[in-house]
Amino acid sequence: MKSSVIVFPGSNCDRDIAVALEKLQFKNKMVWHKETSLPKSDLIVIPGGFSYGDYLRSGAIAGKSLIIDEVIKAANSGCLVLGICNGFQILTETGLLKGTLLRNKNLRFINRDVNIKVINNQTKFSSKYKSNQILKINIAHNEGNYFTNSKHLDQLKKDNLIAFKYCDENGNVNESSNPNGALENIAGIYNTKKNILGMMPHPERMVDDIISNTDGINLFSGLIN
Amino acid sequence: MEITKHIIEKHGLNLEEFKSIQKLLKRDPNLLELGIFSAMWNEHCSYKSSRLHLKKLPTKGKQVIQGPGENAGVIDIGDDDAIVFKIESHNHPSYIEPYQGAATGVGGILRDVFTMGARPIALLNSIHFGSPSHPKTKTLLNGVVSGIGGYGNCIGIPTVAGETKFNETYNENILVNAMAVGHAQKSKIFYSKAKGINKSVVYVGSKTGRDGIHGASMASAEFDENSEEKKPTVQVGDPFTEKLLLEACLELMKDDSIIAIQDMGAAGLTSSSVEMASKGSLGIELELDKVPCREENMTPYEMMLSESQERMLIILEDGKESHARKIFEKWDLDFVVIGKTTNTKNLIMKFKNKTEGIIPIEALASKAPIYDRKWSKKKQSKKKIELKSLKKVGLEEGLIKILSSPNHSNKSWVTSQYDQMVMCDTAQRSGSDAAVIRIHKKNKAIAVSVDSSANYCKSHPITGGKQIVCENWRNIISVGARPLAITNCLNFGNPENSEVMGEFAECLDGIKEACEFLNYPVVSGNVSFYNGTNKKNIFPTPVIGGVGLIKKLSKPMNHYFKSEKSNILLIGKTFGHLEQSCFLKENFSIIEGIPPEINLVNEKNNGEIILKLINNGLIKSVHDVSSGGLLVALSEMSIGTNFGIKIQKPKKLTNLTGYFFGEDQGRYVIEIDPSNLDKVVKLLNENNIYHDNLGVTQKEFFEIEDEMKISNKELFKVNNHWYNNY
Repeated sequence: MKSSVIVFPGSNCDRDIAVALEKLQFKNKMVWHKETSLPKSDLIVIPGGFSYGDYLRSGAIAGKSLIIDEVIKAANSGCLVLGICNGFQILTETGLLKGTLLRNKNLRFINRDVNIKVINNQTKFSSKYKSNQILKINIAHNEGNYFTNSKHLDQLKKDNLIAFKYCDENGNVNESSNPNGALENIAGIYNTKKNILGMMPHPERMVDDIISNTDGINLFSGLIN
Repeated sequence: MEITKHIIEKHGLNLEEFKSIQKLLKRDPNLLELGIFSAMWNEHCSYKSSRLHLKKLPTKGKQVIQGPGENAGVIDIGDDDAIVFKIESHNHPSYIEPYQGAATGVGGILRDVFTMGARPIALLNSIHFGSPSHPKTKTLLNGVVSGIGGYGNCIGIPTVAGETKFNETYNENILVNAMAVGHAQKSKIFYSKAKGINKSVVYVGSKTGRDGIHGASMASAEFDENSEEKKPTVQVGDPFTEKLLLEACLELMKDDSIIAIQDMGAAGLTSSSVEMASKGSLGIELELDKVPCREENMTPYEMMLSESQERMLIILEDGKESHARKIFEKWDLDFVVIGKTTNTKNLIMKFKNKTEGIIPIEALASKAPIYDRKWSKKKQSKKKIELKSLKKVGLEEGLIKILSSPNHSNKSWVTSQYDQMVMCDTAQRSGSDAAVIRIHKKNKAIAVSVDSSANYCKSHPITGGKQIVCENWRNIISVGARPLAITNCLNFGNPENSEVMGEFAECLDGIKEACEFLNYPVVSGNVSFYNGTNKKNIFPTPVIGGVGLIKKLSKPMNHYFKSEKSNILLIGKTFGHLEQSCFLKENFSIIEGIPPEINLVNEKNNGEIILKLINNGLIKSVHDVSSGGLLVALSEMSIGTNFGIKIQKPKKLTNLTGYFFGEDQGRYVIEIDPSNLDKVVKLLNENNIYHDNLGVTQKEFFEIEDEMKISNKELFKVNNHWYNNY
């Protein structure tokens, strides 16, 4: 299984995701943003961080970078694409995923472990999780407050495109278990073909018991088969 | 332009100092030269009031690779691994412009660490605000916390530990100290000493603007009612550019292109070029036309004194220019050769084919003034606190008062604004006695903590100095690490005041004594004087940042109770010392008397036994007993877990309040599985370690028989209330 991690100036979770991918036996390559072609990849990851300083708007400049055209081409031809945190923001900027990520409701950066619920476990990314399984995953962002129009929201629900929702430790999805104000507690979504996943929580931070837990492993190991 | 008395004073120099300058130059300086002297001779850069005293500190040890005098200290953690670390203050800028002041404080200390070839792996901070009821405190707290987070989160280095405190002594002068810790290969450490003549001096990083001109001079003066006008001297941070600079520097450091490297921190281009030339006993010649400028028509004076951020000066080996240039261009950073090293031992500044200034390097460095300031010993007040005359406060009431106070409330409002997990090596996040950071792709780790005790230092500077070193040592031990070395940030008032200077001298005596005894040398640090406004000085606030080593990391030790029916032991003797305690402060607003005594022998013995117990897997959790005393320590072990305590009062106890709230030093609480109790007690007895068997843990309730019973949930609520309602 071959993976590529796109590195923008200001990406800062690129090393973390590379470590996680290699730990799970991916053959990984780092791809600098000025490249104009991608190595042959089964999975492309857009990592977290502050691409181009997040100046203008989170992910806006990265969404217009040289390499991103290649990512869009690959995604449209069915390659798996995973955008984490700033990667999710970039995917919405490119239009590969719909909706947007607003500033957190409390107007502050939030870093903590939150619970999320697996809403759709029928995709390549989530097949190793049980439906409604509760995961404890770290979040770290300023703009994680997912928003979209009601037509798209209906589509997300109808086509089962909501990947994860924030919840409490017992799985309750409500306002008090919503860390950032995201619409209907949405923590991650798929595109219609379900080959693109954008999520705010950081699964790559949850692959090692000494550091945190291993709730993120199944997301990556599910892709290997 | 004539140099008038007014201009000299504007530059923070006195007439005596001006005369010395005339003598050193054998002529009058021009304005540019005066500006450069002012930048190099101010307190912040020259350490003129502190240097004599700093010499006392122990700086050597088997573990020390580089002590004070470089960009940061370097210690050996075995194999080819070294840890590079330093703490620095950014107090004055943060009071004037909290977000940028705090952010650039973080940026500056990070550059000190990666200049030496280390990849930064952790950030810490010690921030002190005025009374919560002071009208400025809330804005300052918000600004500083988001500034620290804004910089660290963006550059992608975890902020893992720190302290946030409130005390009215900081009403008009807050403290913002930032510490950075990096990991380097022992064989690849870079220093600032220039070598060889005719070597290229290269400017890399951001462009130079007019921000921060005379920042270091500002940091060397007291505040007055016009301080707000100093906003233009606060620098503006750009963590994105710093991230690029970090990666570009580390990329260039992979080979042998660099002879010397120095970040442009306080006093920017001036101090970086002087420092490198001075260490190498060389001269340096700069062509200022070549300095990349952000603004138009900048003068040599402005270029030399700007404190624009995210810039470095590098002296390159011959023939490495195009290789180095390629790296910086890849990262979209400026790379310009702006001068060369010479054998003239002068700093020469040229602009538009004219020599604008010539100053002998040694006049700026080794010949800078050193003052043996007058200092007086602290007079101890004879006033005794009549404890018996105070209203009786029950254990529960006293505990709740402390846990709900600003200084003891849960700090997750602060720490959740910092990315603690990026880099994926944070094994113990903030909230514990110390944070634990794994060395990337290895199974060893370091423990880090910052500590201060301003009230103790104010009332008895020598004891206070000892206490902060010991508390830091204890915190490192409590996560199972062997303490190795410290960095210190010495925040004091006006050194021209003999009482302040006395506090400085005596605190250092205390620090020295404890560091020597515990083999805990000082490898780097920073002095910040003139913290005060209109003659009102802050309490002496030395801050200690310590680093320890965990040779083999499994799950790190922490202070949270792990199960019910465990035995709870208190290590170290309790005398019931209540003077200067948090109990008296929070319940009676009494901040009087002397702090608890430090017994270094017990401190060391108790610490060593705790390390041994942890390493032998004999304890489940451990917490050092510090501010608030035993009861607060026990509650901190319970809050956030499902386990509380069920303990009995020791028999024949005469001073209940003193036992549970006294702040006697050198103590730890440990949780032991009953099956290990005999083994542990035997070990303690064999080593003559004083201990009390307090009782056991139980589910959900925090209980002292016949005195109090409260649920863990209630304690949690009390402890998590303040910040969210401030």
